[in-house]
Amino acid sequence: MTAETIIQSLASGLLMGLLYGLIAVGLALIFGLMDVVNFAHGEFLMIAMYATFFLFAYFALDPLLAAPIVAAALFIFGAVVYLFIVRFAVRAKANTGMVQIFSTFGLAVLMRGLAQYFFTPDYRSITTSWLGGKTISIGGIYLPEPQLVGALIAIAAFAGLYFFINRTDFGRALEATREDAGAVALVGIDKNRVFALGWGLGAALVGLAGAVMAIFFYVFPDVGASFATIAYVTVALGGFGSVFGAFAGGIIVGLVEAVTTLVLPASLKTVGIYGVYLLIVFIRPRGLFGSI
Amino acid sequence: MDKAFASRRRRDLIVAACITAVAALVPLFVKDVYVQNIMVLTLMYAALSQSWNILSGYCGQISLGHALYFGLGAYTTALLYTKFGVLPWFGMLAGGLVSAVIAMALGYPCFRLGGHYFVIATIVIAEIALVLFQNWDWAGAALGIDIPVRHDSWLTFQFTRSKLPYFYFALVLAGIAWFVTWWLEDSKWGYWWRAVKDNPVAAESLGVVVFNSKMGAAAVSAFLVAIGGAFYAQFVSYIDPESVMGFQFSLLMALPAVLGGIGTLWGPMLGAVILIPLTELTRSYIGGSGRGVDLIVYGGLIIAISLARPQGLVSLFARKPKPVAAVVKEAVAS
Repeated sequence: MTAETIIQSLASGLLMGLLYGLIAVGLALIFGLMDVVNFAHGEFLMIAMYATFFLFAYFALDPLLAAPIVAAALFIFGAVVYLFIVRFAVRAKANTGMVQIFSTFGLAVLMRGLAQYFFTPDYRSITTSWLGGKTISIGGIYLPEPQLVGALIAIAAFAGLYFFINRTDFGRALEATREDAGAVALVGIDKNRVFALGWGLGAALVGLAGAVMAIFFYVFPDVGASFATIAYVTVALGGFGSVFGAFAGGIIVGLVEAVTTLVLPASLKTVGIYGVYLLIVFIRPRGLFGSI
Repeated sequence: MDKAFASRRRRDLIVAACITAVAALVPLFVKDVYVQNIMVLTLMYAALSQSWNILSGYCGQISLGHALYFGLGAYTTALLYTKFGVLPWFGMLAGGLVSAVIAMALGYPCFRLGGHYFVIATIVIAEIALVLFQNWDWAGAALGIDIPVRHDSWLTFQFTRSKLPYFYFALVLAGIAWFVTWWLEDSKWGYWWRAVKDNPVAAESLGVVVFNSKMGAAAVSAFLVAIGGAFYAQFVSYIDPESVMGFQFSLLMALPAVLGGIGTLWGPMLGAVILIPLTELTRSYIGGSGRGVDLIVYGGLIIAISLARPQGLVSLFARKPKPVAAVVKEAVAS
């Protein structure tokens, strides 16, 4: 193993990590907003990837052009999921813990089943996109272009989110609702509207990630499952609910994955990431950057 | 203990005995192998879900990684039999003990985690175990283990010609899981678990050792699930990591309890009796597996139950509480 291969794999780990951050940030946003874990987050990613694939297959739209459309569609989907499922789930009087987990978990199972039924379990892939399969050499290190552009999009999305939360009225309402949902009602902010928009935003972000992922990854009904687990790990590393913790968590996960593939056989890749999750929550039960 | 509760418990026991007796007679009339197969699976999932319910329902520690214990039960039995010639009966017990010990070893760090962190830890641990078994050459790696079928015998717990022995074993297993739940429900453990579920802080302040209660629930739950896994290995006589430790088993253990009523005595039984035949039938009528029909049924049911009736379907059978006036009248009269 030369220094070059190490730098090479750390660089691609970093790019992948930024993408993991983008996948996870919606989950963190929703959790921070209302203490609910969206167990269907991976399936949100899955439908975003399918949407990108079909826009490519039927309208010959390149994934990069499809990304805003997919994000907008996912925004609507997220808001609908809140209004028709989550809104009722958080009101449950009996077995509240179970209801919160199983309402979105049931949605995940349903979406996976529907995807298998309508799209078949076949693996599909976008073969001729602008970026697909291309690499760029920077100082002797080869970087795959889809991941590079994905990482840049992730950085842009995080910057946009930062601006949005700190500089806009809705962003401030979002922050205020996170802090104290009861008090914002007193100043005339409709809690349900903020939650619905928060779910929409969270879903739109994972939609963006899905559009990029579809360039270089297979699309199939179970694709969300493994990325969702990585997203939970990412969010937990950052401390549940911390949007910028998710950014840092993503980078850590990407690097850990790169290191694991260097030292262990490829089939054990996930063990490294999951092991790091366990290690971190056992030492700090509220995540790396979470407040105790 | 109040009288109404004692009489309810007696009634539960009598009802359970009657149901078991009737169920034992069913295969004498139903000879169709396909239907018998569904009955075996229904009883097995009833037993598994009943066991899952002890940790996740009564004690409130929702685990989505119980496939780990199912797989450990299956693998321990199969490995002991194929590598060392140990009879499945002993393998079953060994699998149960291994699972219980591992459940406690994992519980030691995990039970400090709250809510979502705990659920995700259970998923992640089962996934790690799955990957490790897929890479463990001695245990057959991803190819798994073929359990050699010699001849029909209770000694080796193998039957090729008839499904009846499996049916009766599954019936006994479901009966044991139910009885253990019934028995623990009114023991100090049962009260501790419900206290831990409802309000761990208050329970701790009243002298319940929350941590030990969770460990007890995890051990009992894992032991029983592993026995189910050992049974399954004998029933299908071929196992590989994905088919005994895959996430779908964690799901299929949780679902009947969620559907029937999580943390209730009858919920898992009722849920399994509805869910398993329903999915097996839809699967065979609307195209084979891989089409995702079973997932659509599960997912739809979970959402519907969580939103419309989080207490589960058993609550439909619960008698309405008497009006206060009637209770007062009774008290005065006695």
